[in-house]
Amino acid sequence: MNRKILEIQNLKREFIVGSETVRALKGVSFNVEAGEFVTIMGSSGSGKTTLLNILGCLDKPTEGIYLLDSVNIKDLNKNELARLRNTKIGFVFQAYNLLPRTSALENVELPLFYNSSISAKERKERAMYALEAVKLADRLDHTPNQLSGGQQQRVAIARALVNEPVMILADEATGNLDTRTSYEIMALMQELNQQQDKTIVFVTHEPDIASFSSRTIMLRDGRLQKDSINENRKSAREALDTLPATDDY
Amino acid sequence: MNPENLVRVAFRALQRNKLRAFLTMLGIIIGVAAVITMMSIGEGSKQSIQTSLSNMGSNMITVMPSSNMPGVRMAGSNFQTLTLNDVKAIERDASDVASVSPQVASSGQAIKGALNWSSSIQGVSPEYLDIRKLKLKDGIIFSEEDVRSSAKVCLLGQTVVKNLFSSGENPIGQIIRFQKIPFQVIGILEEKGQSSFGQDQDDIILAPYTTVMKRVLATTYLQSIYASAVSEAASDAATNQITSILRQTHRLRTDEEDDFSVRTQAELIKTLGSTSSMLTGLLTAVASISLVIGGIGIMNIMYVSVTERTKEIGLRMSIGARGIDILLQFLIEAILISVTGGLIGVFIGVSASLTIASLLNWPTIISESSIIISFIVCALTGIFFGYYPAQKASELDPIEALRYE
Repeated sequence: MNRKILEIQNLKREFIVGSETVRALKGVSFNVEAGEFVTIMGSSGSGKTTLLNILGCLDKPTEGIYLLDSVNIKDLNKNELARLRNTKIGFVFQAYNLLPRTSALENVELPLFYNSSISAKERKERAMYALEAVKLADRLDHTPNQLSGGQQQRVAIARALVNEPVMILADEATGNLDTRTSYEIMALMQELNQQQDKTIVFVTHEPDIASFSSRTIMLRDGRLQKDSINENRKSAREALDTLPATDDY
Repeated sequence: MNPENLVRVAFRALQRNKLRAFLTMLGIIIGVAAVITMMSIGEGSKQSIQTSLSNMGSNMITVMPSSNMPGVRMAGSNFQTLTLNDVKAIERDASDVASVSPQVASSGQAIKGALNWSSSIQGVSPEYLDIRKLKLKDGIIFSEEDVRSSAKVCLLGQTVVKNLFSSGENPIGQIIRFQKIPFQVIGILEEKGQSSFGQDQDDIILAPYTTVMKRVLATTYLQSIYASAVSEAASDAATNQITSILRQTHRLRTDEEDDFSVRTQAELIKTLGSTSSMLTGLLTAVASISLVIGGIGIMNIMYVSVTERTKEIGLRMSIGARGIDILLQFLIEAILISVTGGLIGVFIGVSASLTIASLLNWPTIISESSIIISFIVCALTGIFFGYYPAQKASELDPIEALRYE
């Protein structure tokens, strides 16, 4: 059996808005093992953002157990959560969230600045390595406004990889991209998952994106609606080839 | 995050917005430069007043006649209360007085050949030169014998020499006339320049007091007595001794007021020194206000910067920055701005002081303490005004910060 990266049991999250209590998550349970590529789907209001925040250790559940790489986050304070985010999670955002006027290399280095055990030399080496992994080794000095959307997202993925996290957590990572670029990003994600055995949790509401993953979790109204293994997982690389050429207009 | 990384992160954040960082700095630059320049001007004028006063003799004591009678009071020199006996008594009895000289003066026209010059003749004893720190440039000082014999000899200041003799002419041994009385010039005084009150200290003719008293003024009273204390510290003691000696010789009862007044140069130096200290303080206070305004500028910009960079803060938190990391980053940014601004300000302030000194000929003194103090103040300004925005940044909720548009 593979080691469990995520263990979630009966997770609940309630918000108090005015005098009302909004129950965003009403008892969600699932596990994610190392090497899985999980998409979390659901319409707006399904609780997927709340779940993502908890999975990303930005928020804590009201009730239930969440173990990230066997660490119970319930017992951790703010600073310990920050440390956990720094060492165990790699975030990829919809809007890339790269620092403006900062080179790709420095953007990728950023998480390592917050880890004192890494020397300046190692920081740079690892950032270069991560940029190579996303095939941007020739764009080290480019600032975000010199890069296309897809390239920016790849820099963001490199930034998520650089701290060697146990899990990459992507939040609508293809949401701002056209289909072709989305597929390119998904091809990269699949490559990282299959060749480098990275565990990926990908939040999306696009079904065709979900079809590239190995497993889909559907949320609805704060509950787990469906948790299914994708039997016929599509290859994003192949899907890319079937797309019409970009210069057809 | 270790300190090196913190500084690097803060430095890069500033680099991303060079113009804004510079404009923020400008307030601090101007503030520090103003403080240093003002302090150097204040300190310089204070020093120059003090130097010119000590050049006049820092342990000099003057005794002027005054009236202890009710009724119409006249100018000090019109009172006839000081006599040569007083001088002798002081010479004999005041142990803290090093030397003493009577002084009488008469103004009039000095004539040499076709040239003439309106000046005044001072009747003094040879000790007077010592007391007033006057130096002989050429020739000799009149002797005790000259005093005894009321010799018609005199010493000239540079201004008088310039006005009575053509250049290159040696005045020594020549005869000048003062109020129709011929005086032989036996010495020339060194140039002393203007006093801090704008008085020409070289427009002076010195002659034995006996000569001036008998031959020019025909008086037995003195206009003032000059004395010097053995040291500057002994000025007060010497003053007290002179006061009690004069009360004795003037036979004043204990309930009677003094019919003379004693002033020390030290007192004057102190008074003028405190006046110029006050001036320095005032200038510095005004300059400090600009430093504070510069600090508020930093706070303003940092505050805007935190709001503008909310998303960046959210990102940094999501990739593992703790609240303290964010706080320190913004605080260090503020300190970097103020310290860099401070350094530039010191540079400009020092250059400005030197420029003022060379162009306007104002005395300026750049003290290390003014540099160190203004530098520390501006670093503290950075911490003080940078802390609140940094604190605000560190308390942001990462989830909300990430969603901020």
